[in-house]
Amino acid sequence: MTEQFEPTIIGFTCNWCSYRAADLAGTSRMKYAPNVRLIRMMCSGRLDPTFVLRALSSGADGVMITGCHPGECHYIEQNYKALRRFLLLRRVLTGLGIEAERVKLVWASAAEGARFASETTAFVEEIRKLGPLNWGGANGRGPSTQVPAPKLEEVPA
Amino acid sequence: MTEKIGVYVCHCGTNIAGTVDVKGVAEWAAEHLKHRGVVIGRDYKFMCSSLGQELVEQDIKELGLTRVIVAACSPHLHEKTFRTACKNAGLNPYLCEMVSIREQVSWVHTDKVAATEKSKAAISGGVERVIHNEPLEPIRVPIHADTLVVGGGIAGIQAALEIADAGYHVCLVEREPSIGGHMAQFDKTFPTLDCAACILTPKMVEIGSHPNITLLTWSEVEKVDGYVGNFKATIRKKASYVNTDTCTGCGICWEKCPKKVVDDVYEAGMGIRKAIYRPFAQAVPKYPVMDVDNCTYFKNGKCKACQLFCPTEPNSINFEQKDEMLEIQAGNIILATGYELFDATRIPQYGYGKLPNVFTSLEFERMCNAAGPTEGKIVLRDMKTTPKSVIVVHCVGSRDENYNKYCSSICCMQSLKFAHLVMERTGAEVYNCYIDIRTPFKDYEEFYKRVLEEGGHFIRGKVAEITDAARLPEEEGKLIVQVEDTLIGKQRRIPVDMVILSSGIEPRHDAKEVGKLFGIACGASGWYTERHPKLDPVATMTEGIYIAGCVQGPKDIPASVTQGAAAAARVLGKIRQGVISLEPVRASINETQCSGCRICNGLCPFNAITFIEDDKVSSINPALCQGCGTCVAACPAGAISGTGFSDQQIMAQIDGLLLRNLEPVEA
Repeated sequence: MTEQFEPTIIGFTCNWCSYRAADLAGTSRMKYAPNVRLIRMMCSGRLDPTFVLRALSSGADGVMITGCHPGECHYIEQNYKALRRFLLLRRVLTGLGIEAERVKLVWASAAEGARFASETTAFVEEIRKLGPLNWGGANGRGPSTQVPAPKLEEVPA
Repeated sequence: MTEKIGVYVCHCGTNIAGTVDVKGVAEWAAEHLKHRGVVIGRDYKFMCSSLGQELVEQDIKELGLTRVIVAACSPHLHEKTFRTACKNAGLNPYLCEMVSIREQVSWVHTDKVAATEKSKAAISGGVERVIHNEPLEPIRVPIHADTLVVGGGIAGIQAALEIADAGYHVCLVEREPSIGGHMAQFDKTFPTLDCAACILTPKMVEIGSHPNITLLTWSEVEKVDGYVGNFKATIRKKASYVNTDTCTGCGICWEKCPKKVVDDVYEAGMGIRKAIYRPFAQAVPKYPVMDVDNCTYFKNGKCKACQLFCPTEPNSINFEQKDEMLEIQAGNIILATGYELFDATRIPQYGYGKLPNVFTSLEFERMCNAAGPTEGKIVLRDMKTTPKSVIVVHCVGSRDENYNKYCSSICCMQSLKFAHLVMERTGAEVYNCYIDIRTPFKDYEEFYKRVLEEGGHFIRGKVAEITDAARLPEEEGKLIVQVEDTLIGKQRRIPVDMVILSSGIEPRHDAKEVGKLFGIACGASGWYTERHPKLDPVATMTEGIYIAGCVQGPKDIPASVTQGAAAAARVLGKIRQGVISLEPVRASINETQCSGCRICNGLCPFNAITFIEDDKVSSINPALCQGCGTCVAACPAGAISGTGFSDQQIMAQIDGLLLRNLEPVEA
């Protein structure tokens, strides 16, 4: 272990709060770890748990789900649905032999750029400690040669 | 791969180029994403400049691009810019995606290599996503010119008048028998001390007589269907048992009514009314309503004094009247349902409800009012003794971890007004116990100075207890206020005759349910959430629903009026457009795949999903759908798809971000 493990993390953000928190972290020039790659959705309620499984099976070492704080969802209460799915998903992951800690839920309002930045850095460190995700031989960095991820066409619409 | 994708990487001066090798990224995209359809990768100093946009437009025309990726700042800043550029060049604007490499990369990372690699991954994700983008057209919805205003306080009154004066029809719905709201209960208004009735009642009369306003008092909205431009509200007009076609509002019925009732609403429990009543003399409309819970006839089947003495021909009292259900069409809705006073009995150590001479702010307002129960005389609960010393307690139920954390914003000025009125009318010694004095608006600080100069005492400290248990002879028969004076660092016990609790204001007890009815949300403190706290404080996340006054947060009369007028201006803008365009980010159900399980039905907070019984499938109304996508994620049959955020788009973006799309490189 001479080289430090750099995890790859997929982050899901909602259009109204957490993506704007990421924007604010940027405009405030807050520094955080570069390991998280973000996907913008309209709402954390859009998060289909299969997205998380897809990310983990395609080489991500961790997944960060972010959304508006409870009670502040721009779609009234859809982030509660994200919370429910997140809790169930963690149980599924444990059942699959994957550390539940690889998926994290973070609430960040549009004003919480600092929180977004610090939570991101903290999560990167947590995943670094867990090490690469050994999913079917994938080393968490790039495509696995043993178990290819399902082709897009095979994923139900 | 039939798509032709152009990738444009912005330098943003040195904002991006300082941390990311933009040229390298653009070349990488052109080379390594060629097999995914990228035909050109360009970098440019400022993509958002007109020259940058022309670059994109030119490539669309000359190279026949079918998709565009712009890697630059946040899409919240320039998505519209680049989509418009695409549109100008003849490409459907929704076939353009932005990738944020400034806010999410160059501004937050320092390691150039890592930043460049992350930019590549982000572009790769964008390319994969945009391949699955579909050309979309904005949804165009016609706007019904009528407006529904809910709540007849000063905010609702202002909003209704603005719209009606502009020539459009307004339906104003009020729960109580008269419009006027809390402002109608007040005596003087700070900081100028003009009388509330003098400035409010002319506006109320205008509402009552305006040709463009339908006023529905003693009515409540029970159901709201539809969507922006085309709402349908079902309103219950409660039976008043008075025929308003013949009633003249002469007042004989309530004069003759033998049943006296404590008026908890308008008089804040300080005065009495009859079972048939008009809350106050200047009420609009002028007609009384019957309180059936207290009416002797409704309870015992005997009396009918009101009917007996009614002088109109035909008789205006109709005991057979029933609630009426009305349906109102409206293009836009303004909610101005106001606030409720904090219930001071929740703080037992302040003794309200037990110690007779502890009053709430609203009780004191009624007492000060010349038309109130004491005709404006400031007296103790015995209704005759003038107090010689009075304490005003600030922040009751506000700025308090145990009750409400927020500042109610009006109480400082209200308390200063109380102090002034007590000194002016009784000459009593007045103490204000405050945490901080907050007087931030026009002429407010001057008013504070004035009260200081008039001799008001100010004690900086939160009152711990109000009791009648005397320890010293001079405390006998008094209310003793225990407070730490934090400026001198001492505990004080101040014996006074009267205590006024400057209660904070709270959201209506049913704010949540009402919010649900209209499809809008409450924040953590229970006030309705505005679209943007600074830049859009009157719109909500539901198109066509606006908020004004205290429903959005505590505010005083000037702010409520401002917001009422602002909401009206927004509505007028919508009406004048005639037709509005909505973002086509919507969910839709493939009926052949839908199993009719109805899981999605309960998930939609906007009631956009209905179940079609005949076909046993669910269906989404695109005008109601706000595009959150929760149903898409929930559908077990995969029958629901979302435009602009389909499973394919997101799955592809995940793969792209993880660089699964790259062709294996021979070592």
